[in-house]
Amino acid sequence: MTTTTDPHQGQFRLSMLLYDSRYRSMTIQIVALIGFLMLIGWLLSNTAQNLADLGKEPGFSFMLEPSGYDINQRLLDYNSQDSHLRASLMGLLNTLLVAAMGCIAATVIGVIIGVLRLSPNWIVARLSAVYVEGFRNVPVLLWIVFIMAVLIETLPQPSAFRKGEASMSLWDTVAITNRGVYIPEPLFSRSLGDIHVLGSSALRFDVSLDLLALLAVLIAGILTSVLIKRRADVIQEATGERPRTWHLRLGAIVVPFILVLAVLGFYLGYPELKGFNFKGGTHLRNSLIALWLALSLYTGAFIAEIVRSGILAVSKGQTEAASALGMRPNRTMSLVVLPQALRVIIPPLISNYLNLTKNSSLAIAVGYMDITGTLGGITMNQTGRELETVLLLMLVYLTISLTISAVMNWYNESVKLKER
Amino acid sequence: MKRTVFLGALTVAGLAAGASAAATLDDVKARGKLNCGVTTGLVGFAAPDANGKWEGFDVDFCRAVAAAVLGDANAVEFVPTTGKTRFTALASGEVDMLARNTTWTLSRDVDLKFDFIGVNYYDGQGFLVSKEMGVSSAKDLDGATVCIQTGTTTELNLADFFRANNISYEPVPIETNAEGQQQYLAGACDAYTTDASGLAATRATFENPSDHVVLPEIISKEPLGPLVRHGDNEWGDIVRWTLNALISAEEMGITSANIGELSAAAGDNPEINRILGTEGNLGEMLGLDADWAKRAIMAGGNYGEVFAKNIGESTPIALARGLNAQWTDGGLIYSPPFR
Repeated sequence: MTTTTDPHQGQFRLSMLLYDSRYRSMTIQIVALIGFLMLIGWLLSNTAQNLADLGKEPGFSFMLEPSGYDINQRLLDYNSQDSHLRASLMGLLNTLLVAAMGCIAATVIGVIIGVLRLSPNWIVARLSAVYVEGFRNVPVLLWIVFIMAVLIETLPQPSAFRKGEASMSLWDTVAITNRGVYIPEPLFSRSLGDIHVLGSSALRFDVSLDLLALLAVLIAGILTSVLIKRRADVIQEATGERPRTWHLRLGAIVVPFILVLAVLGFYLGYPELKGFNFKGGTHLRNSLIALWLALSLYTGAFIAEIVRSGILAVSKGQTEAASALGMRPNRTMSLVVLPQALRVIIPPLISNYLNLTKNSSLAIAVGYMDITGTLGGITMNQTGRELETVLLLMLVYLTISLTISAVMNWYNESVKLKER
Repeated sequence: MKRTVFLGALTVAGLAAGASAAATLDDVKARGKLNCGVTTGLVGFAAPDANGKWEGFDVDFCRAVAAAVLGDANAVEFVPTTGKTRFTALASGEVDMLARNTTWTLSRDVDLKFDFIGVNYYDGQGFLVSKEMGVSSAKDLDGATVCIQTGTTTELNLADFFRANNISYEPVPIETNAEGQQQYLAGACDAYTTDASGLAATRATFENPSDHVVLPEIISKEPLGPLVRHGDNEWGDIVRWTLNALISAEEMGITSANIGELSAAAGDNPEINRILGTEGNLGEMLGLDADWAKRAIMAGGNYGEVFAKNIGESTPIALARGLNAQWTDGGLIYSPPFR
């Protein structure tokens, strides 16, 4: 007599899809997938049907038509005869500008305040706490509007400079008005000119040869400095004495840079009151300043908390060990605690950078022409292409956010604990 | 098999979508309220008063339509819209009609799929500047900072005007009239530009209106009118002929004072009789009852009365009739005949 230990291999029946635990999970997943696809299909067909009923064929050809509107802050040349595509590019660059400025400022503010909040000095620690709670618990839109209102209402108008009621700051080089801050701009009297890239297409841009020359000299200087350091290392290895190199290293960077500046005829263009407004210099508009300050201060408060938690996550033994070695508190913080805290800090820092970038779409509240203001604002309104512009806008923000994530994740890989 | 189900789902969804277009008139009647898109606040045209009750030139037109359709001038839900949100609000069905000083242009009529049902105010774009600047012409504004409401035709006119005259300017985009007023008064812009009627209305709310002046140049044609969605012609007809009823009423001398008497019985003037429903069946043709126009006129008076009450010369806004006088007085306001 034999006993079978194998399970019975019966004929496959349809009911087994539901009652047999080997197939059931598969069945449920397929049903869910079909349901999901049906939902997507219904949304797509409904949208297409409704657009067809309205007589609006989806398409993106409107992006190549002349935009017809002007943009005040443009990082590349643009006029109202350029296409909607180029107008959107101007907006994109403005978004990237304020996002980059905001991320840098927020990080600096966050790290400083985060460290100060742990200070043994009672007043400093409490003031930092007040800052963090104050900014973190008020919507960022209110901060943007508030800072803008303060700038507009309290700073002098350009006409006040003409009447002598206000004067320029910093030895007459900087004009602070309620339309923005005008700072000196670098100019070259023997400029090498620009290279025009991409001809007259919507994505054209100019590259300044002066800037390229300066960058090349700077990089060459830094490389020379590295070579000098290597030589010093070799000498130290061989003789045990390190030669003094800092003056050589500094000179290698600074002297050629200044020489090139002199050859190009570098000078500063100062702002000057002409007609209604200041002319010359670089104009930092109120809208940019208000948005930048508000985003940095708001996100800085969150980053301060992240930094604080990162520092607290480093075991107290590390600090005590450093003290036992005779390190001063400053060096303990910068050499022992912060490098370890970074591993905890960076992942949440990424999401705060993403938040800051996405929050920059509140720019329209102060009339800053970011991509939401150009593509998602005026272009959408003048062409009536809501679906297309919003889709493009979502795609743009998705791309920016994923790029920031990718870069920060790559950085995180390089600092995180290496386990071997 | 999965593919078949998917295609089947698409078909069902397509059928469901096809059946979704309904008549606006039925929607309004079923709801018992007219959703009317107006500005976020422009004194004289549409703004809530101290008690939160909406009033103004555009508001009175919304009330006239509500009175004609629903029999109650107060059965209106006013939906404030900005220059940017107004078209989406109308296209999506959030509002049944838009009475929001909106310029009639070809692209809005054709490409955005709306129907302008007429012109209730002939306007043009102007510039408001402070007197102390000593500017007498818009061509003197070279290098000036100009505040402008974003998402409007004025934005495009401004770019064209400065380009045509080869002078430069710095645009400061703002979202609503209130923001523009704040920035202009704080001196963050030298000039504020929008339709001349809007400038007059804005100036009237200033502390010292006489310190500010509207420059003589009118740089564009801005025929402002109410609009509805393209495709529902029955609803468009009702809104169009409500406006025409108000205009004809002024031409025929029907006022809110004498309308009770005129509509009591058929009189000598057959057109008045047809408007007021004492003769013919014009109301029935529109899908309304015979008294529709009478109620519309009683809601706020005829075109002239609405104008005088909200923006006329006796109000702080003090706009002259000008182009907006009846054609019989040399203006452009003209209604097709009621017959």
